[in-house]
Amino acid sequence: MYRETEIVKQPGTGEPDVFGDMVINIGPQHPSTHGVLHLVITLNGETIKKVEPHLGYIHRSIEKMCESLSFRQFIYVTSKMDYLSSHINNHACCMCVEKGMQIEVPPRAQVIRVLMDELTRLASHQLWWGAGAMDIGALTPFFHAFREREMINDIMEETCGTRLTMNYMVPGGVMTDIHPNFQNRVHAFIDHFKSKIDEYDELLTGNVIFENRMQGVGYLSKEDAISYGCTGPTARGSGVSCDIRKLYPYEVYSKLQFDEVLETGCDCYARYIVRMKEMRQSLSIVQQLIDNIPEGDIQAKTKAVLKLPKGEYYSRVETARGEFGVYIVSEGGTTPYRIKFRSPGFSNLSALDQMARGGKIGDLVAIMAMIDLVIPDIDR
Amino acid sequence: MSNDQIKNGDASKTPPSEVGGRFQSDSPLAFPGDVHQTATGGVLVTKLDDVINWARSNSLWPLVFGTSCCAIEMMSAASAKYDWSRFGFEVARATPRQADVIIIAGTIVNKMAPVLRRLYDQMGDPKYVIAMGACATSGGPFFYNTYSVVKGADHVIPVDVYVAGCPPRPEALINALMLLQDKIKKGLTREQIREESKIVPINIGNQKAS
Repeated sequence: MYRETEIVKQPGTGEPDVFGDMVINIGPQHPSTHGVLHLVITLNGETIKKVEPHLGYIHRSIEKMCESLSFRQFIYVTSKMDYLSSHINNHACCMCVEKGMQIEVPPRAQVIRVLMDELTRLASHQLWWGAGAMDIGALTPFFHAFREREMINDIMEETCGTRLTMNYMVPGGVMTDIHPNFQNRVHAFIDHFKSKIDEYDELLTGNVIFENRMQGVGYLSKEDAISYGCTGPTARGSGVSCDIRKLYPYEVYSKLQFDEVLETGCDCYARYIVRMKEMRQSLSIVQQLIDNIPEGDIQAKTKAVLKLPKGEYYSRVETARGEFGVYIVSEGGTTPYRIKFRSPGFSNLSALDQMARGGKIGDLVAIMAMIDLVIPDIDR
Repeated sequence: MSNDQIKNGDASKTPPSEVGGRFQSDSPLAFPGDVHQTATGGVLVTKLDDVINWARSNSLWPLVFGTSCCAIEMMSAASAKYDWSRFGFEVARATPRQADVIIIAGTIVNKMAPVLRRLYDQMGDPKYVIAMGACATSGGPFFYNTYSVVKGADHVIPVDVYVAGCPPRPEALINALMLLQDKIKKGLTREQIREESKIVPINIGNQKAS
């Protein structure tokens, strides 16, 4: 059970210390924590002295579960971790298994994978934009964002069969070929979203109220971002170059033209700008690839039962939130001996205390919104 | 107004007396009761319980309670394409004191179970529960080989409607909410259901086991 709200007692008399610190709980059931995060916050007046995240309210023991699943099966569980980047999670796991089995992925599958990754990233950022604005108090962006997000969901549903947890990638390629309508639908989406992203900017980016809520809030210096292990837009807002797609290119990313977005504002506004620009970059990646899907196989020929040679394997990808890593220890059997996931949300959350300390409690929600927390990704 | 008249779109031209002395609609969305036609108009005969249940079913306020993936589909159901406010569900409340229905959107793990129970206890009667998705129904993909997942939210609180899917589509969620509306209109309150099924509330805290 969680702690009750408590007022700190004076040391000598035992009387309530009315001018002292107050401890309040946010969560586990709180709309702005985007799930079941529990924050114990020590306040002095309205100023935050300490933020202590308590985890485990959605700990589903996925890592332990994976040890009893085969190398094909465990991939499907990972799409429930960071459900907003489920393709990208699956991608990382597939890459790790492929590294162990030394499977060469056919070019067509590589391109389809990257396309799906980038569409997922767009959908994730759209949801972040809508939900983040809703946390701060603007309700309209939520409906705008979901209008475009539904288009991506429809594309996913047509090809993968599901709207959210797609489970589309398998070791050696992708599960099925893309739907005949896929390219037309993506073209329609690109045309639609190109104009709408400008509308996003008009709605929020230049808004004075929004800028005042964002600028100078949640300062995280470059050194701190590195030392806390932040990745993704949280770190790139502080000027840390950490895009895995650029630093350790996988699949066809090395052949693509896109920029790593870096901002040096170090505040919530910088993180916001990074994500907004990333949406444009993802859109351009989709545009580059959609007409250039090579013909060929969608899956490499693999054995029905995969047995990874004894050893340790690690692969990493860039999800919508940062670096996602998969570490597999294999004993040579059909199931992994140990799996460890390096999830971006966990490291980014650890910097929350640094960002929020000294600020006002009203800004905490804005800071959390701009980290873009997905709690099952943190708890696993 | 009968369904045929509505379909014809000519409701005003047919005086109620021609429909027959009395009529009862089968539509679940209709106002409950019988209309007795008289020369000067109509008299509605109904039961107060029915009217209360009718009103209750059309203003279900859900609690914002999403633990994992299903919460995203719940948000989709709230957004413009699916728009659950057509049926009166849009007033999502952040506090259990103001909510009527918990939509358990996601996995319930052992650490979360007491919190869910407390949230349920804090809601005012009548209260309803929808278990959305495989995880809340039975543990779903996390049924085997896990040490921390509650295998179905009905181990913690009684559930009215189960929704299948991982995650369910927004249409499925809206269908579940409409099923719940039907259930409410049939007139069983939570106390009556509890009385019927003899579910004993679980003691939480340091109460003595009798």
